[in-house]
Amino acid sequence: MAPPACKGAVVAATSLWKRLAGLLGSLLAVGGAKAADLPPDETDAMVHVYDGGGVRASGPVLLVRKKLADRVSVSGQYYVDMVSNASIDVVTTASPYKETRNEFTLGADYAYRDSVLTVSGSSSREPDYTANTLNFDVTQEVFGGMTTVAMGFTRGSDKVRKHGDDTFQDTAHHWRYRLGATQILSPRWLMSANFEAVSDEGFLGSPYRVARVFGAAVPERNPRTRTSRAIKFRTIAEVTPGTAVRAEYRYFWDTWAIKAHTAEFGASRYVRQAWLVDGLLRFYSQQHALFYSDNAAAETAYVSRNRQLGTYKGVSLGGKVTYSMGKVQGRYDVKLSGVYERMRYRFSDFTDIRTGALYSYDANLLQLIVSATF
Amino acid sequence: MKTLKILSMLLLVAQLGACAMPQPWVKPYERERLADPILQFSRNSLADKHREHVFEVREGAHGATGVQGGGCGCN
Repeated sequence: MAPPACKGAVVAATSLWKRLAGLLGSLLAVGGAKAADLPPDETDAMVHVYDGGGVRASGPVLLVRKKLADRVSVSGQYYVDMVSNASIDVVTTASPYKETRNEFTLGADYAYRDSVLTVSGSSSREPDYTANTLNFDVTQEVFGGMTTVAMGFTRGSDKVRKHGDDTFQDTAHHWRYRLGATQILSPRWLMSANFEAVSDEGFLGSPYRVARVFGAAVPERNPRTRTSRAIKFRTIAEVTPGTAVRAEYRYFWDTWAIKAHTAEFGASRYVRQAWLVDGLLRFYSQQHALFYSDNAAAETAYVSRNRQLGTYKGVSLGGKVTYSMGKVQGRYDVKLSGVYERMRYRFSDFTDIRTGALYSYDANLLQLIVSATF
Repeated sequence: MKTLKILSMLLLVAQLGACAMPQPWVKPYERERLADPILQFSRNSLADKHREHVFEVREGAHGATGVQGGGCGCN
């Protein structure tokens, strides 16, 4: 039977506020007895290799996470990228080079009732580029724990330098605002939506890259501001016992007129009890930036031949195998994982100036991970 | 006029709230399967963060990944 309030057309102001408060209260308070979960204590080590398009980047990564008391979890991460670069930009306009990037990240999570507050900072250093970022994130469970709302903010500051030119020094600043929600739809089905707005300001290109205007090489000229938006939907469901499928789609657009679609599909299945096998297929498609040109036929304020801003499509096919060793020494839950992904990019408006043919390349991504939770 | 519209909207929301506030339809004891690794959007933050970095430095699009970004290594 409908409550009496539904029958009346006129509601007194006091009743209105009571109902609004009740609505908000029921969203926030249902299921409030259960505290939000902190990530488990863990130690992860990973070796990664990316090899494609003349670029090889590899190195180790180490993550340690530990709870302090019941409400706080702290983490530290060390990431190394040893880069050997002989990409098409480099071999056609400069000399191949090697360099190392080191990144340190420290973070802390604080759980209070149904909320988790996360603060983290990272510092990435390579010989000609330094990037520092600070992240704030909050998640809140609402609606009896069936919905998790997340919001976050990142502030980044970069310093850009150039090998062999001590007079060149510039900066770039980044602001990222994100909002998301994950919804339990059934005991075996989840869905999430994420939105992120990013503002960049400063030197947003490469001091080494050149553009082509009337066939002549000139330093690229990028706008010093860029604002982008991205929205992503994901869903994951267990379709039969021990088998899950997932799908996701992201639409990206920015003030440089880039529009991009990303779609990914995956499946996971237990094989016997200790093995978990995953497969994925990813599609990426992008429309070029307004000032991108393979060979500009007019002088414009901004011009770039950065193929990352061009028109292209990418396809990836990958797999992951995870083996659970179970409890080691009765205390550590150890998992070994191997990930392999094969990528292919085909450009529609970027030519290899050595041959005049449209450029394309294949790449391989490999990750080997040992993970121990306790 | 604008205030009136906002008040009307609030009134409508309040009415809807009183009429049919949905209740959580998946009870806590029914959520055991949702904790299974195969139903996690991200199973290993280290591997996911690295993969996002690989795409972010090679593609024009970025953001809304659900994975926190790190440094650059873009050029």
